[in-house]
Amino acid sequence: MMQKVFTRPKTLKDCPTHYCPGCGHGIAHRLVCEVIDELGIQGKTIGIAPVGCAVLAYDYLDVDMVEVAHGRAPAVATGMKRTNPDKIVFSYQGDGDLAAIGTAEIIHAAHRAEQLTIVFINNAVFGMTGGQMAPTTMLGQITATTPQGRQADGQGYPLNVAELLAVLPGAIYVERCGLCSPAHIRKSKAALKHAFELQMNNAKGLSLVELLSPCPTYWRMTSPDAMLHIQNEMTKVFPLGKLKG
Amino acid sequence: MCGNEAMAEAAIQAGLDAYFGYPITPQNEVTAYMSQRMAEEKRVFVQSESELAAINMVFGAAATGKRTMTSSSSPGISLMQEGISYLAAAELPCVIVNVMRGGPGLGNIAPSQGDYFQSVKGGGHGDYHCIVFGPSGVQEFADIMPLAFDLADKYRIPAIILADGILGQMMEPVVIPQNAVRRTQDAGLPKKDWALTGAQGRKQNIVRSLWLADGAVEQHNYDLQAKYRQIEKNETRCEQTDADDADIIIVAYGICARIAKRAAQQAREQGIKVGCIRPITLWPFPSEIISKAADKSPIFLVVEMSCGQMLEDVRLAVAGKTPVVFWGRPGGGIVTVEKVLEKIQGLVTNPKKK
Repeated sequence: MMQKVFTRPKTLKDCPTHYCPGCGHGIAHRLVCEVIDELGIQGKTIGIAPVGCAVLAYDYLDVDMVEVAHGRAPAVATGMKRTNPDKIVFSYQGDGDLAAIGTAEIIHAAHRAEQLTIVFINNAVFGMTGGQMAPTTMLGQITATTPQGRQADGQGYPLNVAELLAVLPGAIYVERCGLCSPAHIRKSKAALKHAFELQMNNAKGLSLVELLSPCPTYWRMTSPDAMLHIQNEMTKVFPLGKLKG
Repeated sequence: MCGNEAMAEAAIQAGLDAYFGYPITPQNEVTAYMSQRMAEEKRVFVQSESELAAINMVFGAAATGKRTMTSSSSPGISLMQEGISYLAAAELPCVIVNVMRGGPGLGNIAPSQGDYFQSVKGGGHGDYHCIVFGPSGVQEFADIMPLAFDLADKYRIPAIILADGILGQMMEPVVIPQNAVRRTQDAGLPKKDWALTGAQGRKQNIVRSLWLADGAVEQHNYDLQAKYRQIEKNETRCEQTDADDADIIIVAYGICARIAKRAAQQAREQGIKVGCIRPITLWPFPSEIISKAADKSPIFLVVEMSCGQMLEDVRLAVAGKTPVVFWGRPGGGIVTVEKVLEKIQGLVTNPKKK
């Protein structure tokens, strides 16, 4: 008798995604769904999709979801969680959404110690609009709007949002992980699970897990090279590990 | 009570679950009042980091089916336009109070009606409307609040209460409608089965405003427009005073309507037949009533604390049947009874003068 030992998480819908080959969103979606399944919170979770490549996350994640204006997810989440303290509210945001247009919202949600779980996908580029520079873009990285490679002089340095948030008393758990190897992916899942558990346990503050995520399309790399790029290059600028909590 | 406090208490009595706001003059009494009373009622009050955040907190609470509102004044309302467009697109009910001040830009903190266009023509991007009320006294400011929540829920649409600095600040005796909580179960309002409450035992709910499939946004727009036509048919509200036999009909809303009515009364005492039409809903606009009144060929005098914004809707309704003239003051200048009366007298001696 054959035994089924590995299956799709219940919360992850059985459908093809629109993501490019080698994109990290598929891995991140799956991890979030595995965690929701394992914690048994599918029926009480409300998710927030960002503006960006993951705008259609509700087509893949089988929980109640809302799609909101670019960067405003932490404010929307605040409105939801304050009025529904018994629900589990999470936002899923990219680096354009969270680290560029939505910096005020994420900082103040953390500052108010909102009881939220934030999944922050950092792939160092604006994906959906065609590969433009993000605040997290690496120095020297070629994008649609940094054709010569990002220069600190005039285009600034990569923005380390997790470090910024970690100093706020209202942020109780901040960890950066990478979706770049099986071991790192397991660590990412553990971090996500902890971030959801904190909210389930009514911990008084905001949890954020930053996931360094591959974008082979706009990094102009093969998928294996993108994984290596995270391990060998991105982690120099965005060191992995727990920053708080 | 001042108008701001009366309206705030009326919202609480109408079952407000959550208030989100950011300080701005001349509506600060609302935020202060809410911070105290919402805590007493064990409901939600959050002072946000910006008006952008406030309107998106409203979006979040509304998406879960709660009764929610924000209040602000002109520059803050400009910041909220992105959120209002999303609320309209996602068909989320809420109430937004604008206690208008002088503009454009930072302007001043004096009363104004300069945000009429922004409120009734959309304001943010895309083809949409909000229901817009223009109360003309503290009592009406309070009375409209439960109605605004009900209509917002009924039609899944943001409702705007367009007040001004005078209404917000002035004190009048007021009776707050008590326990005016009308919810789905007892008031014939539709069930909020679309709300995000956790998908326990049912299919996933999605609140969205992005429709990528070919023709989907077009269809969504047609659906919205069909809803707007229903609202125009069912919810247009307007008050007429002595308009039937009038040679001059003043069209004014909000505080200007009270000033206009007083001027009309004084004109009648001088033997000039003046009447008033006061739109209570600015969108939907009482175009048909104005159009019918125009058949009797009075002169229409539009009075506003702006350079003439509602004027355009009156002209559209009158459609050239009879002259439409304007008197108003922009940028925080207050309209007076004497000036309106002077304008009326001028129309009698020289009716063609514009």
